[in-house]
Amino acid sequence: MNISQELLDRHGLTGDEYQRILEMLGREPTITELGIFSVMWSEHCSYKSSRVHLKTLPTTGRRVLQGPGENAGAVDIGDGLAAVFKIESHNHPSFIEPYQGAATGVGGIIRDIFTMGARPIALLDSLRFGSLEDPLVRRTMAGVVAGIAGYGNSIGIPTVGGEIAFDESYTGNPLVNAFCLGIAKADEIIKGTASGAGNPVYYVGAKTGRDGIHGATMASAEFDEKSAEKRPAVQVGDPFMEKLLLEACLEVMQTDALVGIQDMGAAGLTCSTCEMGSRGGAGVEIDVALVPQRETGMTPYEIMLSESQERMLLVVKKGREAEVERIFDKWDLHAVHIGQVTTDGRMRVKSHGEVVADIPNGALTDEAPLYKRPMAEPEYLKAAQSLSLEQLGSPQSAAAIFARLIASPTIASKRWVYRQYDHMVRTNTLVVPGMGAGVVRVKGTRRALALSTDCNARFVYLDPFLGAQHAVAEAARNVACAGAQPIGATNCLNFGNPQRPEIMWQFARAVAGIGAACRALDIPITGGNVSLYNETDGNAVLPTPVLGVVGLIEDADAVVRRAFRRAGDVVILLGENRAELGGSEYLKVVHGLIRGVPPALDLDRERALQKLLVDGATAGLILSAHDCAEGGLAVTVAECCFDTGVGVEVGLPGVGDDQWRDVMTLFGESASRAVVSVETQYASEFLRRAADAGVPAVEIGRVGGERIRLSVDGRVAIDEPLRDVERMWSTTIENFFERSRAVA
Amino acid sequence: MKFAVIVFPGSNCDHDAYYAAEHVLGQQAELIWHKDTDLRGADVVVLPGGFAHGDYLRTGAIARFSPIMQQVAAFAAAGRPVLGICNGFQVLLEAALLPGAMLRNRSLKYQCEHVHVRVEQTNTPFTIACAPGHVLKIPIAHGEGNYYAEPDVVARLEANRQVIFRYVTATGEVTDAANPNGSVNNIAGICNQARNVVGLMPHPERACELAVGSADGLVLFESVIKAVTEGAFSGAEAVTAKAAASAR
Repeated sequence: MNISQELLDRHGLTGDEYQRILEMLGREPTITELGIFSVMWSEHCSYKSSRVHLKTLPTTGRRVLQGPGENAGAVDIGDGLAAVFKIESHNHPSFIEPYQGAATGVGGIIRDIFTMGARPIALLDSLRFGSLEDPLVRRTMAGVVAGIAGYGNSIGIPTVGGEIAFDESYTGNPLVNAFCLGIAKADEIIKGTASGAGNPVYYVGAKTGRDGIHGATMASAEFDEKSAEKRPAVQVGDPFMEKLLLEACLEVMQTDALVGIQDMGAAGLTCSTCEMGSRGGAGVEIDVALVPQRETGMTPYEIMLSESQERMLLVVKKGREAEVERIFDKWDLHAVHIGQVTTDGRMRVKSHGEVVADIPNGALTDEAPLYKRPMAEPEYLKAAQSLSLEQLGSPQSAAAIFARLIASPTIASKRWVYRQYDHMVRTNTLVVPGMGAGVVRVKGTRRALALSTDCNARFVYLDPFLGAQHAVAEAARNVACAGAQPIGATNCLNFGNPQRPEIMWQFARAVAGIGAACRALDIPITGGNVSLYNETDGNAVLPTPVLGVVGLIEDADAVVRRAFRRAGDVVILLGENRAELGGSEYLKVVHGLIRGVPPALDLDRERALQKLLVDGATAGLILSAHDCAEGGLAVTVAECCFDTGVGVEVGLPGVGDDQWRDVMTLFGESASRAVVSVETQYASEFLRRAADAGVPAVEIGRVGGERIRLSVDGRVAIDEPLRDVERMWSTTIENFFERSRAVA
Repeated sequence: MKFAVIVFPGSNCDHDAYYAAEHVLGQQAELIWHKDTDLRGADVVVLPGGFAHGDYLRTGAIARFSPIMQQVAAFAAAGRPVLGICNGFQVLLEAALLPGAMLRNRSLKYQCEHVHVRVEQTNTPFTIACAPGHVLKIPIAHGEGNYYAEPDVVARLEANRQVIFRYVTATGEVTDAANPNGSVNNIAGICNQARNVVGLMPHPERACELAVGSADGLVLFESVIKAVTEGAFSGAEAVTAKAAASAR
């Protein structure tokens, strides 16, 4: 076969990489082998640019049962149970075909979880879109939301949370990161391993079609004006098939007839075959002619590279085949014996008995290329970090700014979105979406889990190291507000083209920041996903390392919610209000700026705050708690009133210079703060506990009335009827969509 | 007493109904696979929510052909209590155990949220423990819950007092704003003429504990326990007929 430069280009392989293939094989590859190398060495599958950095993350801890390297991570949650969880991106497909792209993203992450032997019980989605003023963005968002709903609702796993933020940088490259958590018996976690020579290899699930061929390669390239032509590389999901697979696989796992199992996600049959062999130190031999096919005339190349959804590869103990086949038959699924485990550590693919690919597993996994890509501080950084308030002119009134922030899509209610998600199925949801961390109870125990995904990408853009630390701190703080001890995290690192030194610098600094924060807060990273090449026409998205944190609540009855509870309760600010406006929602919304230095973050203080929140919840002292983030204290306090019908009156000591005093005090986004409410009679006890814990705490007001009234230094700065504020907050996003529908 | 919860491929609220019966109410419950042909001595049958057979073709359209549905139909014909929740209601419509059909929600979107329904009639096995006009806060979660029937069918349902639940405001008023999906006459749930088969779109099994937002759905389960224990709807058609007669 003649392997031309053009053919290599189409496979996304460089000349050097091809030379390496020649050396590893000692001969020219077949076209099937070239395709296999192409997908396995793609950025998406090989992590070739990111691995050197990811290795620095803390991945161990006393609760960690499974760190990175398997289909998902797992932490011990007591009672002999494990929480199995991971987050994964489906950004590129979701731009090309929003509904199917998002739906199959959800499908993929669910498979990763049940593959580990866990029953999935919760989904979260971290989404980023461009400005909702743009009709294309609205179309993309509507499609993504419908796709997530269509898949998650049908399969019966509640979507209990997540977050959505908006910034123009995501216009041509939305981010769709899906998180799933499941519960498994701690000593029955299943691995994606092939071992035991002669053990049969089974294929089960949907038939293989031509959809998604080279999806992994697509996800490893930037977008340009031709991207819409890549539509055939997006897969189509079938949640019903996945529901059957989920139930049947969990039933098979109840037997001990299974050696290992892996889903066919990115790079399909190729990836599952070589990874299972590699993990088990064995080889796998399959015949693609035996693979159930949806279309006629498919070549071995196409079968190996197809990313058709809802397919699993299983290794079964020899002699137990009938037992396994019987269970799949019950669910009207057909498990097909397509090969066996061998001892030679190679991936051997046959077609009607003829060998079409024969590659050592190691060449595709551990020995895949690894790059230490050049890094350089981005040129934008110095200018972006300097913020001169004088140039902004005189600030508007606090009331006017407040009105704009409350109606900013990033802050406004996401009800239009989560109403489309079944967030209650399985009857475990203790805290529904839109109220901070999502909380699900673990049936059969006293415990509950709080889940949060977070990332303020503006902070990361302005200082990747500090910004990524903020992402960890905020996600952990959110679960701590619910009364949960953070016990593990997963990350989804969304960046631009790693071949640009400034992007690689952002990436490396962000990973270092995540590592530093996770070490300081004692939260191990148990896995995750890297999505690079998030660029359109050379413009990268804001660097967006999304953190998904899992927190454990020992007593589900002690869950703390965001909303104030009763008139008369005392409102307390935990943490220090400082004059910090860098990277704030205020600057973005009012001045259109992403400028300044992100707020300072002292991780020891953060840790003390989170401990106080958890201890206060456990002791039953804290009645409500809400993390202080985008929009600052004013927005935080207002959000605590929503859905309660009760207002609040708060007085704050001002911070910052004269002219900017209200803005700094009310809308600054200083880190490590939370607003809690406590019963009057316990206020002094709680304040004493805060002092003992070294957490600044000050009583700032009372719950009550029908207005949101905030004063700075004794002067009333904001005084609005709660009903009006809540209406603005709750209708902003809905109006964008209903209005556009009316026009259409 | 014993609840049978039918499991179709694609059912996803089967575990929730099972949990409500077995763990919240302390009754016996059994999951019964759709290919089975025996209800195993159940006193009440629940068709749960979900997406039976993926809801492909039409919601509930394929499920009506599942082998177990013959037993369910016989059980219903014997006057014994059958409850269809959400997708289970849709299956009952397709199986012609209840009249009418479902359209897509008028929002054209799936909707998951708490709504209020008013108990219109208490002479069914699933509402005898309710007070008439009792307003329940129960969640919905569906894309096709817009109940429709021909005008003469609706008129007959109303005349026969077969409308069991109606979407209302928190204070019990029937308004268009309180109607989440566009259902004709705000209908949220109905029963058959014999009154032993009840279908509703809201999910009472999701509203059985305050921890998950509401315990208002419990009363449906308590009703059927009462009905069965006291011998109403226990299979004696005479009893059913008497109950139906006294309702008029």
